Amino acid sequence: MENIMEVGREVLIPRREEEKVIIDARDVHYRDLNGQIRELAQEGASRIELGNVNGQRYLGAGLTEKDLQISIHGTPGNDLAAFMDGPRIEVFGNAQDAVSNTMNSGKVIIHGHAGDVLGYGMRGGRLYVRGNVGYRVGIHMKAYQKQAPVIIAGGTAGDFFGEYMAGGILVLLGLERKPEEKIVGDWVGTGIHGGAIYLRGEVERHQLGKEVGIAEKIPDQEMKELTALLQDYCREFELDPEEISDKPFLKLYPFSARPYGKLYAY
Amino acid sequence: MRMIQPDFRIVIDQEKCRKCGRCSFNCGFGALRFSDRVIPEPEKCAGCHRCVSFCPEQAITVELNPLAFRPNDNWTPGHIKAIYKQAETGGILLTGMGNDKPYLIINDHLLLDACQVTNPSIDPLREPMELRTYLGRRPEKLEFKKDAGKWKPAGPPPSTLKVELPILFAPMSYGSISYNAFQALCMAAKELDTLMYTGEGGLPKELYPYGGHIILQVASGRFGVHPESLNIGVGTQIKIGQGAKPGIGGHLPGEKIPSHISKTRMIPEGTDALSPAPHHDIYSIEDLRMLIYALKEATGYKPVCVKIAAVHNVAAIASGIFRAGADQVYLDGFRGGTGAAPFITRDHLGIPVELAVAVVDQRLREEGIRHLGTIVAAGSVRSAADAVKLIALGADAVAIGTAALVAMGCHLCQKCHTGNCSWGIATQKPELVRRLDPEWAAERLVNLVRGWEHEIKDVMGAMGINAIESLRGNRERLRGLGLDHETLKILGVKPAGAPMG
Ligand code: SF4
Ligand code: SF4
Repeated sequence: MENIMEVGREVLIPRREEEKVIIDARDVHYRDLNGQIRELAQEGASRIELGNVNGQRYLGAGLTEKDLQISIHGTPGNDLAAFMDGPRIEVFGNAQDAVSNTMNSGKVIIHGHAGDVLGYGMRGGRLYVRGNVGYRVGIHMKAYQKQAPVIIAGGTAGDFFGEYMAGGILVLLGLERKPEEKIVGDWVGTGIHGGAIYLRGEVERHQLGKEVGIAEKIPDQEMKELTALLQDYCREFELDPEEISDKPFLKLYPFSARPYGKLYAY
Repeated sequence: MRMIQPDFRIVIDQEKCRKCGRCSFNCGFGALRFSDRVIPEPEKCAGCHRCVSFCPEQAITVELNPLAFRPNDNWTPGHIKAIYKQAETGGILLTGMGNDKPYLIINDHLLLDACQVTNPSIDPLREPMELRTYLGRRPEKLEFKKDAGKWKPAGPPPSTLKVELPILFAPMSYGSISYNAFQALCMAAKELDTLMYTGEGGLPKELYPYGGHIILQVASGRFGVHPESLNIGVGTQIKIGQGAKPGIGGHLPGEKIPSHISKTRMIPEGTDALSPAPHHDIYSIEDLRMLIYALKEATGYKPVCVKIAAVHNVAAIASGIFRAGADQVYLDGFRGGTGAAPFITRDHLGIPVELAVAVVDQRLREEGIRHLGTIVAAGSVRSAADAVKLIALGADAVAIGTAALVAMGCHLCQKCHTGNCSWGIATQKPELVRRLDPEWAAERLVNLVRGWEHEIKDVMGAMGINAIESLRGNRERLRGLGLDHETLKILGVKPAGAPMG
């Protein structure tokens, strides 16, 4: 059985420029591209630049090198930074689905929009998206002790934002929204049992899952932490923090750490 | 008023009892109080026989409570008690272990062949018998190239996993079972040179040295999944479903998340560990392919197994799983065990693994893709005979879960979901866990599997087969007794009495 998805260019010649390694990813199969990245990472490369990326999946998957920085020009495919534990990836373009799937630590910066199911099961690190994000973002994110994941998106999000959320922080800024455009879709936080969601905009009760509470106000300490995160976000995208703080944030939280504790009979 | 009468009655022979209090200490369910003498509280009794096993005077008898309902084949005591309980609580009724309902057990209606006169049998004690099994994808074709005058394989060898016998340990998560039980499984897998699946609770760091015999599970909750744990094992397993609860997620209650479980699962203590019913990144075979290859990329192309519950459309699903790039499909029949499942899913969903194996093997052969991967069959493999029959129906290997727990002392009391297991198996209470010695348990696991190994070789010898490979999918050596025509057709097995050919 010929596997069409596994046909690709075989030879890859990375170019070195001072401390940077540059790879032209045009027509390169993801398996070769990832193999090359992994090899370079293991050799101790600290900066890798990928050009002409066009849908190659799994970039950065499972990488653990803490000091590695990868910049991507073009559109990476699904599962960018899946299972990643340490490196920094910056995408100059849009990203597709499942970015930061089960990511453990590291930082992913997307200068454009990103697709569905971002940060599924994410356990640490940060994912910043400048534009809009799709459906089911931040599903089942979880935190453990000091390790907590953060997703910040600059635009709007689709349905099921923060579904099954078990920990960490989700922030939606709703920048550059059209008038009447909702900041987030329906079923927000359905099944949430940990973590917090901050929205810079309004939601109506019917948009929220029944396990979600709306906080009356955000405690000062928490607001401080949120502000620090937002400053970091603005730094990455060269945004003015003032512009973001012009509108108040709404905090959504889980009613219970055990939403289904009473569902069963023994 | 008490609507629900106890299932068991605990009878203490006060003549024999020397009032040592050992029974009371041993009962994980608090059913034996001790003050001067033993005072049973039968409504708490699970029927686990821990007290009976530890009474030095054999002074305890645990028997079914004779306080019977009037016999009624329709309204069984089970139905009536369930209604009482739900009328009281309004909840979903939970249970542990596998389906105990009197459905037809196909394996008990299959008979193996033996050699007589016209074909010689083999004596396994004096002649070599091959049980070694390679799990994983077979190459499309073998290519060789000449290198310095010698023919050598052209590509890397296929990423198959070698086990010395086709019996693996089924996924039972650290969390649903105790550390000591989990460790015993690791130790036995190593000793037997076979594999164990971790279940979805991750692998505790201290057990990383057993990595060469571990397949790490990636379930919808993604608990304990990170690059380090993914790479410590020899492969990964994506759990889609479980025989005891197909189509529903997992739910480890907060009570079962003390600090050491929270560390491996990487969630806070005391919160519920919820595994969503589906993986939210898998809504199709194409999505499954995405996760399979994400795992391959993250592990340097270690084999990936996909575990599904045996459901009605299992053959088409399994075909899709292999086409999506999996190296193994793990079929869990409707009798498979569980640490906790609602009665309704445990007892009423799915199909027997015998049928699932037969239809999957048949479908893959018809589609010409049987070589794409391995079929592992599980879901109540109770004996070596069950294992041999499943292999003859088309499985490459079987996995044992409940049988392994029974070897470690489990008495099938079906109370795993309470976390009070008196035998130190399905519990996280330190005082209960402590009583299961991993070395002792591992030795019993090894003994069990060695015993089965001898039995498998014996029946292979009787059938004149000296390599398990020749038994795989060899349905001609099976006959059905008391199975209806349609079932036999689906199994691809002739009725007993039908001649060869
Ligand atoms: S639960 Fe087990 S140990 Fe306790 S009384 Fe019943 S049989 Fe004995
Ligand atoms: S593991 Fe323990 S609680 Fe579960 S059935 Fe066996 S003896 Fe009972």
